[in-house]
Amino acid sequence: MKILVCISNVPDTTTKIKFVNDYELDKTGIQWIINPWDELALTRALELKEASAGAIKKITVINVGAAETEPTIRKALAVGADDAIRVNIIAKDAYQTAKQIAEAVKDENYDLILTGVESSDSNGMAVGEMLAELLNINSAASISGINFDKSLFTIKREIDGGTELLTIKTPFLATVQKGIAINPRIPAMRGIMQARTKPLKVVEPKNIYNYVEYTDYELPKPKGKCKMIAADNVTELVNLLHNEAKVI
Amino acid sequence: MILTYIENWEGKFKKLSYELVSYSYELAKKLNTKVIALSIGNVNNDELTLLAKYGAHKIITVKNQQLNILDNKLFAEVITNVAQKNEATCIILANNTTGKAIAPRLSVKLQAGLVAGVESIPTNTQPFTIRKKVYTGKAYNNVIVKTPKKILTLFQNSFGLVENPQEANIENLDISTAESEIKLIEVNKVTGKILLQDAEIVVSAGRGLKAPENWGIVEDLAKILNAATACSRPVSDEGWRPHSEHVGQTGKIIAPNLYFALGISGAIQHLGGVSSSKCIVAVNTDKDAPIFEAADYGIIGDVRKVIPELIVAIKQTKK
Ligand SMILES: Cc1cc2nc3c(=O)[nH]c(=O)nc-3n(C[C@H](O)[C@H](O)[C@H](O)COP(=O)(O)OP(=O)(O)OC[C@H]3O[C@@H](n4cnc5c(N)ncnc54)[C@H](O)[C@@H]3O)c2cc1C
Ligand SMILES: Nc1ncnc2c1ncn2[C@@H]1O[C@H](COP(=O)(O)O)[C@@H](O)[C@H]1O
Repeated sequence: MKILVCISNVPDTTTKIKFVNDYELDKTGIQWIINPWDELALTRALELKEASAGAIKKITVINVGAAETEPTIRKALAVGADDAIRVNIIAKDAYQTAKQIAEAVKDENYDLILTGVESSDSNGMAVGEMLAELLNINSAASISGINFDKSLFTIKREIDGGTELLTIKTPFLATVQKGIAINPRIPAMRGIMQARTKPLKVVEPKNIYNYVEYTDYELPKPKGKCKMIAADNVTELVNLLHNEAKVI
Repeated sequence: MILTYIENWEGKFKKLSYELVSYSYELAKKLNTKVIALSIGNVNNDELTLLAKYGAHKIITVKNQQLNILDNKLFAEVITNVAQKNEATCIILANNTTGKAIAPRLSVKLQAGLVAGVESIPTNTQPFTIRKKVYTGKAYNNVIVKTPKKILTLFQNSFGLVENPQEANIENLDISTAESEIKLIEVNKVTGKILLQDAEIVVSAGRGLKAPENWGIVEDLAKILNAATACSRPVSDEGWRPHSEHVGQTGKIIAPNLYFALGISGAIQHLGGVSSSKCIVAVNTDKDAPIFEAADYGIIGDVRKVIPELIVAIKQTKK
């Protein structure tokens, strides 16, 4: 059995977002990380492999990106992924990304593919399910738990006001969210050393058109000043919420 | 045609459903076309008819045993089928767990560009240009959809409800599908509680509350306001509150009319999930807490003192 985890390379979540002109992210000083959900997906994949008594043989990570994403890919190898693929292109949209991944892995027959529910930069919310469609496999979205027992996968899916427990036939893709794993793995020294020699295959991209074009950025309008109310005058707050903001 | 997929919850629609139809109607006006609302599952005609009030010109209903639980693959097949039969050029879904599960598959099937998580109608139709949030709410990006067909998913509570009454026919469509390879074992649901995503008012508390046993006042405040409760991430990580209450970048993203941030510092990842709220009230002991930069109204004070007083004051205005 083999698992594929799709990882995107994103600015650290505390990054103050700025643009060079209206069209380009200002990359100065940005720390790049594995997208938080992808990191949790990888963590869960590693846990499943370790508990599978050899049934799960390999975990591969894949990224679509330029050479500058390699430190992030090496981090995934350092926490325990067995090998990695990088498709050498900066994809312009979710469709291009998904299609490049599909082309790179279509003959590999992964039993399970994990992606995050969204990447924290583009918030595209699309690559995972597009990939499932391109590979024509089953899928489930917003998964907060995966278990594996004797070739049978059970998954926990978040629904409005609760969760569902499901079984799903392999091969399948799950887009994962919070709960799938609790704490992401931190690379240890030994892992970092090993990661240097683990296979990282670079594949050249296919010629694929994008469906949507991201153009200019805008920063949100600065908020008006916060109206401060004295702590001993909560009645004033209630009046404002009632008469001014009209929300209660 | 604009096709909008309308999910149901045990045979019922909710505000979000009507918001999708209202949005689709506005878009149809702009594109000079009509709205078809598609329902999959067991919904009776009285309920279906309600969609006409918000602008559906036609209502299609598909009932099929295989479609009783969400199977993304099968749902995408059915919606694609209906979209092709009706020559839909735009498909609108909710940006909730269901919409996000299906829309990308439709995008591939119909070769239609997808913009997920829109909040407003397109600023331009030639080329089709629409604004979307990126970097978890820290910026907006204008997106041009280059394909002839388009798919959008709409953030809940971003457009609102607009009535546009129509005389709509209900059409029953029989569409058969393969057998689902997803089997439901069990469902765990809390009933009788206002869902966080649906709530008009949300009372949220953070580590400033100090311990889980102090949540009584938070729940009391939520109760008198008919609000849902939420929390910051460390609070749910500690197990003080259920994970379902966690809001923020890695939790739920919400946009209520009123959001109370009680003892929450206002970290950038927290704001990512709540900054679209129409009005934010912050209560914090630290005058420099970043939450005050995001808030509309603020009180510098101890939650343990301020919340009980607030409850009393609200009770008085309600009288
Ligand atoms: C990748 C990543 C993703 C994350 N995602 C999220 C997310 O989705 N959601 C989220 O919330 N966080 C998220 N975080 C965590 C975030 O960075 C903050 O650590 C977290 O939001 C802080 O929670 P808090 O405000 O409850 O606690 P604190 O930061 O500890 O703040 C407590 C606040 O309470 C105030 N206070 C103390 N006592 C009182 C009192 N008696 N009365 C009134 N006020 C009082 C303090 O002044 C302080 O401002 C994420 C972090 C990372 C790295
Ligand atoms: N460039 C990329 N390379 C590999 N995987 C990606 C890439 N972009 C997105 N993904 C995967 O798709 C998920 C959803 O991303 P998105 O659709 O961009 O919000 C992410 O959590 C990743 O698992």
